[in-house]
Amino acid sequence: MTDLHEPHIACHVEDLTVSYRERPVLWDIDLDIPPGVMAAIVGPNGAGKSTLIKAVLGLVPPVAGHVRIFGLPVAKARRRIAYVPQRQSVDWDFPATVRDVVLMGLYGQLGWLRRPGRAEKARAMAALEQVGMQDYAARPISQLSGGQQQRVFIARALIQEADLLFLDEPMAGVDAVTEAAIVALLKAQRDAGRTVVVVHHDLQTVARYFDWLVMLNQRIIAQGPVAEVYTEANLRAAYGGQLALIGTLRTAETPDA
Amino acid sequence: MLSPTLITVALAAAMIGALAGVLGTFLVLRGQSLLGDVIAHASLPGVVAGFLISGERGFVPILAGALVSGALAGLSVQLLRRGAGVKPDAALGSVLSLFFALGVVLLTVAQSQGGSAGLTMFLFGQAASVLRADLLPMALVGGTVLLVLVLLWKEFQLVAFDREAARAQGLPVERLEVLLTLLTAVTIVLGLSLAGVVLMVALLIAPAVAARQWVRGLAPMVWLAALIGALAGSGGAVISAMGQGVATGPVMVLAAVALTALSLLFAPERGLVARWRRQGAARQALHGRQVLAALRGLEGDHATPEYASDEAMLKAYLGTDAGPALARLYRDGLIRPAERLAPEATARRWELTEDGRRHVDEGGRHA
Amino acid sequence: MLDSVALMILGTGALVAVSGALLGTFLVLRGEAMAGDAISHAIVLGIVLAWMLTGARSGPLAVGGAVLAGVAAVFGAQLLARSRLLGNDAATGIVFPAMFALGVLLINLNARNLHLDPDTVLLGEIGFVWLDTVTLLGMDWPVAGVTLAAVGLVNLLFVGLFWKELKLAAFDPGLAQALGFRPALLGLGLLALTAATAVASFDAVGVVLFLAFLIVPAVTGRLVAASTGGMMGLAVLSGVSAVGIGYVGAVHWDVSLGGSMAVATGLGLAVALVASPRSGMVAALIRRRAIREESLVAVLLAHLAAHEGTERAAEECTPEALVEHLRWSPDQAQTVLVTALERGVIRRDGARLSLTEAGRALARAEALRHDRRRALTEER
Repeated sequence: MTDLHEPHIACHVEDLTVSYRERPVLWDIDLDIPPGVMAAIVGPNGAGKSTLIKAVLGLVPPVAGHVRIFGLPVAKARRRIAYVPQRQSVDWDFPATVRDVVLMGLYGQLGWLRRPGRAEKARAMAALEQVGMQDYAARPISQLSGGQQQRVFIARALIQEADLLFLDEPMAGVDAVTEAAIVALLKAQRDAGRTVVVVHHDLQTVARYFDWLVMLNQRIIAQGPVAEVYTEANLRAAYGGQLALIGTLRTAETPDA
Repeated sequence: MLSPTLITVALAAAMIGALAGVLGTFLVLRGQSLLGDVIAHASLPGVVAGFLISGERGFVPILAGALVSGALAGLSVQLLRRGAGVKPDAALGSVLSLFFALGVVLLTVAQSQGGSAGLTMFLFGQAASVLRADLLPMALVGGTVLLVLVLLWKEFQLVAFDREAARAQGLPVERLEVLLTLLTAVTIVLGLSLAGVVLMVALLIAPAVAARQWVRGLAPMVWLAALIGALAGSGGAVISAMGQGVATGPVMVLAAVALTALSLLFAPERGLVARWRRQGAARQALHGRQVLAALRGLEGDHATPEYASDEAMLKAYLGTDAGPALARLYRDGLIRPAERLAPEATARRWELTEDGRRHVDEGGRHA
Repeated sequence: MLDSVALMILGTGALVAVSGALLGTFLVLRGEAMAGDAISHAIVLGIVLAWMLTGARSGPLAVGGAVLAGVAAVFGAQLLARSRLLGNDAATGIVFPAMFALGVLLINLNARNLHLDPDTVLLGEIGFVWLDTVTLLGMDWPVAGVTLAAVGLVNLLFVGLFWKELKLAAFDPGLAQALGFRPALLGLGLLALTAATAVASFDAVGVVLFLAFLIVPAVTGRLVAASTGGMMGLAVLSGVSAVGIGYVGAVHWDVSLGGSMAVATGLGLAVALVASPRSGMVAALIRRRAIREESLVAVLLAHLAAHEGTERAAEECTPEALVEHLRWSPDQAQTVLVTALERGVIRRDGARLSLTEAGRALARAEALRHDRRRALTEER
């Protein structure tokens, strides 16, 4: 097998099974995300959405299957990927300024021994401007609100100028204004030709925010353009028992879905 | 006064204190403070075994022995947790007490062989035991630890803040963590003869916690922790060297803890005093707004602007004493005394100024 | 024959083991083992302060001082952590060493009057318990043993009276609170008794070795027994055996009695760690291998089920696909294939793999099982 395999697909997953304590939590996932889309991964709690992203990034080892990023194994494509973990996964009382955290996005690219210099600091300011946080560069991160923390995390991903962005629940626990700003920002990234993959929890907004949809519930339920995938049958298959919820959803979303 | 011995002790203790402050910073930030306690206690059997095998109280064998047993203790904690699912605190407690017990047993073996009178000083540390000849190897080992830390600075920073992001960027996170723990173990072992196995943990943690209160970034925190550690170390060591029969470890630890207490209380942004001040100011501001609103409300009720309310009435209206708040509002020019309406009244009567009226109306709109 | 000195030593040791195991069981279940560490160090300050204030070196005043100090260490650390200026672990790591350091310093400064050697505080000397005896019922008993017996009895009463409340508070503090059992008060009682037991023990075995008897047997019991009662029984058994084994070893090699007994508690832990049928490493290895094999076969079935009848079946349903698509090693693929063929859940025609009827049913059942479990977890 050659090194390059499916190079025209931003994220290609084949037969991926991931286990937690020897029990599979993701079953035989086949997934293709084309370049230049803004994709959502949705599914009920425990569907394995975060696990899927982590497995794609090589953070949890698969039991079976493999992943290609623009045709390359993940280890060789790290420079082309940026990852925004869930905000709660870190201690925000860590002694660092906003700019420090954004610069951390470059640590992998800089390689061993090199320290961020003037050029990197300028890039950090540019990334902060993109998320509207340039005035906060010297603030300690312990003084940020939840929405500001999220924007700093996104700036840390933007500074990497990656072709493929993975975000784990970036809209969780932020206010409506921040949510709109984040969505606009991510859409701008997509319009600039990048691929954006978001774990999303809010079915109400899926159709408005995204153009590609992956429905997951330990297996892939459906994947493709939102208009084709966002159907009642698929929602039923993915969300099973939560029929009442889907009922209200359909009435809310049918006009534009 | 400044004998050569005292200078040697002060230098060694400053070095150890600084190093402990630096490595302790990472230990605290990674939430693994008690692992430091375990490694320190667990190095006792290694210290004694190093002595038993080499037959002398040399720097190198004791260092090597302590490192080996510290590492074995770390592995045992992992084994209990991963291998058998023992909870972290139970795993830490078991390993700490078992390794320490083994150290006690070996200690009696060493004592029966004679020539080991100096070994029990590892329990609490003894400043006088540091020899001039120990300074150079101590500095070399400590310098190496710091060099590694400087070279891998940004990697350690990222791992301490966000392991997941570090792994996503392709850093070998597990290996970096093991290396960081190893550097911590070396630091602990270096400090044993001064601080002792029982109290070494405080020398790691206290300077880091103290430093955290004053700074905004990791580099300043590390520098300040080093400084605080060096101060506490050398100060404590000198005091104990001058006192009669006072073990060094306790004095160093108490010095470090005192600096920590001062930092927790008086650090400008985060300190408790500053926090209480802010809370007090916020309470005062809230109370002031309530009084203004009450005055405005009473004006409205009587349909006369410049209706004057007396203090007793305000107190009844608000349910608390309005005196101090009224004094502050008067000072800020938001209210004025209204003597002219009732000059004979005993209680002071107050009315809103134009400023005060604007203040309360705008405040109402913003809220 | 055992002489009376040996009996006194063994008896005192056994009392340490029993009273430690009674409390240790619940400390370990509550995830508070390191509070035992903090308490056993902090009591030293309490004892010294009680002596400085009242002149009592032992007895109820010393115990009272120690209990206050021990509880103060744990609550002080919690209070400090609540300021959110430092983490829980860092708070613990500062408070109890500070108290211990102050205690040792005060001992140093008053060494001439106090007759308390810091080394003894740490290590104890169970070999000398027979030097200090009282006469009760016409017999000589070691004072340390009598104190320990009294404290042990209180522990037994506490555990016996509040058995179900302690269990519930350890398992589900929220529910215990809701049912009006005051889990915080029970926790306080547990900590206070731990401090009292530590004081009673520390003449005999010293503070750190007491910690071994508090925690290690309880962890041993936890590894083997499935119930709280079984866990406590095993903890008592393994603690008392450690006293006996440790005594024999110490006499044989002429080493510290207390140290040797504490090390011996590790023997039980090591045996349980390797051989416990419930969570020992051998059992876990066997079980994990079985589950792994099971789940790999399930993965193979799911893979075949997903691709059978599709246009890519010719590519996906082959032994080669297991290596190229599922990324199993050839050896692993071989093992899974052989297992699946032996069980008759798949069939092999040339290079083509397909599900048998049994295999298809199994794959469907597996999918259903997952759906059901998911539905259950969602409803919670």
